[in-house]
Amino acid sequence: MTARFKDAFLAAFIAFVLALPLAGVRTMDGIEGLTLEWHLADVGIAALLIFLGRLLLGLIDDGYGAYVAPLAFLSGIVSVLLPMPSHFLKVVAVLGGLVIAGRAVIALFRHSGKFSGVSVKFNGFSKNLTAISAILLIFMLILPFMPFASRYAMDVAIMVLTYIMLAWGLNITVGFAGLLDLGYVGFYALGAYSYALLAQFGDIGFWMALPLAGLITAVTGFFLGFPVLRLRGDYFAIVTLGFGEIVRLVLINWTTLTNGPNGISGVPRPTLFGLDFAREPAAGQTAFNDFFGVAFDPMQRVIFFYYIILALAVFTGLLSSRLRRLPLGRAWEAFRENEIACAALGINRTRIKLAAYSLGAMIAGLAGAFFATRQGFISPESFTFTETATILAIVILGGVGHPFGIVLAAVFIIGMPELFRELEQYRMLAFGAGMVLIMIWRPGGLMTVREPTVRLQSVTTKI
Amino acid sequence: MDYFFQQLINGLTLGAVYGLIAIGYTMVYGIIGMINFAHGEIYMIGAFVTVISFTVLGLVGAGPTAVVLMIVLVSALAVTSLYGWTVERVAYRPLRQAPRLAPLISAIGMSAFLQNYVQLLQGARVKTMAPVLQGGFELSHRADGFVVSISYLQIVIIVLTVLLMVGVTFIIRATPLGRAQRACEQDKTMAALVGVNVDRTISMTFVIGAALAAVAGFMVTLYYGVVDFYMGFLAGMKAFKAAVLGGIGSLPGAMIGGLMIGLIESFWSGYVNAQYKDVAVFAILMLVLIARPNGLFGRPEIEKV
Repeated sequence: MTARFKDAFLAAFIAFVLALPLAGVRTMDGIEGLTLEWHLADVGIAALLIFLGRLLLGLIDDGYGAYVAPLAFLSGIVSVLLPMPSHFLKVVAVLGGLVIAGRAVIALFRHSGKFSGVSVKFNGFSKNLTAISAILLIFMLILPFMPFASRYAMDVAIMVLTYIMLAWGLNITVGFAGLLDLGYVGFYALGAYSYALLAQFGDIGFWMALPLAGLITAVTGFFLGFPVLRLRGDYFAIVTLGFGEIVRLVLINWTTLTNGPNGISGVPRPTLFGLDFAREPAAGQTAFNDFFGVAFDPMQRVIFFYYIILALAVFTGLLSSRLRRLPLGRAWEAFRENEIACAALGINRTRIKLAAYSLGAMIAGLAGAFFATRQGFISPESFTFTETATILAIVILGGVGHPFGIVLAAVFIIGMPELFRELEQYRMLAFGAGMVLIMIWRPGGLMTVREPTVRLQSVTTKI
Repeated sequence: MDYFFQQLINGLTLGAVYGLIAIGYTMVYGIIGMINFAHGEIYMIGAFVTVISFTVLGLVGAGPTAVVLMIVLVSALAVTSLYGWTVERVAYRPLRQAPRLAPLISAIGMSAFLQNYVQLLQGARVKTMAPVLQGGFELSHRADGFVVSISYLQIVIIVLTVLLMVGVTFIIRATPLGRAQRACEQDKTMAALVGVNVDRTISMTFVIGAALAAVAGFMVTLYYGVVDFYMGFLAGMKAFKAAVLGGIGSLPGAMIGGLMIGLIESFWSGYVNAQYKDVAVFAILMLVLIARPNGLFGRPEIEKV
């Protein structure tokens, strides 16, 4: 008991010291330099909350769950009424109380052996993966015609699908071949700018430019891969990180070609076999709504975008699941598990590394071209390291190499912040904290179990 | 030639700061083999604590400059080290046995968290601070009026960095803590078996790294007089490049890598153009890595099957 008090006190003290300068004293722009605003009450209450939380959690471990549960629940409820200096602290107090109460209850059940805990088991799940994928795909296909498919919902769906596609592409490099690529966004940018520039200078439409963008990024990946092949592990990561940054810097500074930080606007929209989705199509073009004799609706284009990205994502998914079964895919996995053993088996490391890197790059390039046409405007702003970090987080949270886990993680990482749009300012804070917590909860990602690529068939041949 | 010397002085100042941050990366990498992406944010917190304590002391009207500087430095050191310790305790220690990429993601999450935490509390706008230590020596005058000068602050930065380098080298080479760190770097299980407290050693590594980052943040705040919540990202990236250039895991390598990157930046922007200085740094980093895949001072990894 005393030990728990001591421990909780220490935690509260540390929190107090950490928060005192940054949260307790806020600098404000004054007329003559900086002025200060004191928020000592916030810091004190935060420390108190941490003391209580830590103490109660400790007591649960000591077997006092039966007392902690109602106590924590009550304090959570009471905090709603108590005056607090900031809204944020109140939310933390209420949620914290409820979470601790929940944990106490779970601990109680676990002790009495009635309940084996809430650890999520996804394992049985992977057996029915084909069926689930099929159901999901059908759902995705009819999604635009659902009653809840508002303009906003479709925008979110397009974004989630873009990230699923990007993450599947990165998964080829990181998940299959085990090469940590931190410059992935460079290829995404390259694909987007390839299309924008091809359209601007070469008057090439989206459907022509899409494969070209994929080709350009794949070739770039190939040539970039050559010099860095000698590097291993984290050194490889750094050089690719450098590549991503260089692409962005060149885009910012090469103003004559890329228009610098102002970006390129008016990227042409795709057409459906020559049918335009604009209200007033350009001369010589037919509008989609005129051709089919329906009223003009801006949603038509959004739905069209949705189907394009759905097709691209499905293409990526099929490509990567087929690749895994090829000798190349098995070579990647061998390479990931043990580089030397892989070389000893006579696998050409250079070739498979290059293949993984440029295939990943190609997917990013395709997604980039889609991004450019979807936004209609691109600028270097959209291609920062944060983007790579987000995609990497999706791949790893999903469970490296697990295609379905990636879908879950993409919905979580891209969709969750959208749900909390009103809490705009706390969005990224929660995003960061969420990433840390999920990693601690499931260090291997949401879905860790991987299907064996090759399964030995039970041989029942008659002799 | 005069211009060359001026760029050299500026480059060394910049490089000293990068080097100090780079040590934090290289030590952590050496001991647990992980890229601590949140280290740049630790440096940013050091800079913010510096600005805040300066403003607080300015309001109470504390005594002579030297005393104020000392108090600010000590408070920045204390708070920032505690941040370094807490980050390790909260985000990395539970992942000691996890797959290699898990702590990396945890670090990226921590970095996002700290950045937004500071942004929420202190605002997104750039904070400007009145210059504290002004003046300097003029080293040479040219007929056309070009003056090569070294400011007091630049001297302070370079001297302080050299002192800290000597100090850290001493800790690693000659103290029980340094011995424990080297032991953990070689083999954590074995070190634990012979009685080294591995968790404590790793915590101390983070504390030392954070303390150095705090000094770097302190010096940069005095030197440029501006801080913002995003500053840690860029500086962290550069320092990390410095650590890689010098050979990650090597202490002198981090320092020399930092100096080299500072010099390349300063000369490139002085003689070629300022926009592409980061591209130049990366290009040189790549060339060095292609010639020496383990960095300038890194030991080649022993491959085991």
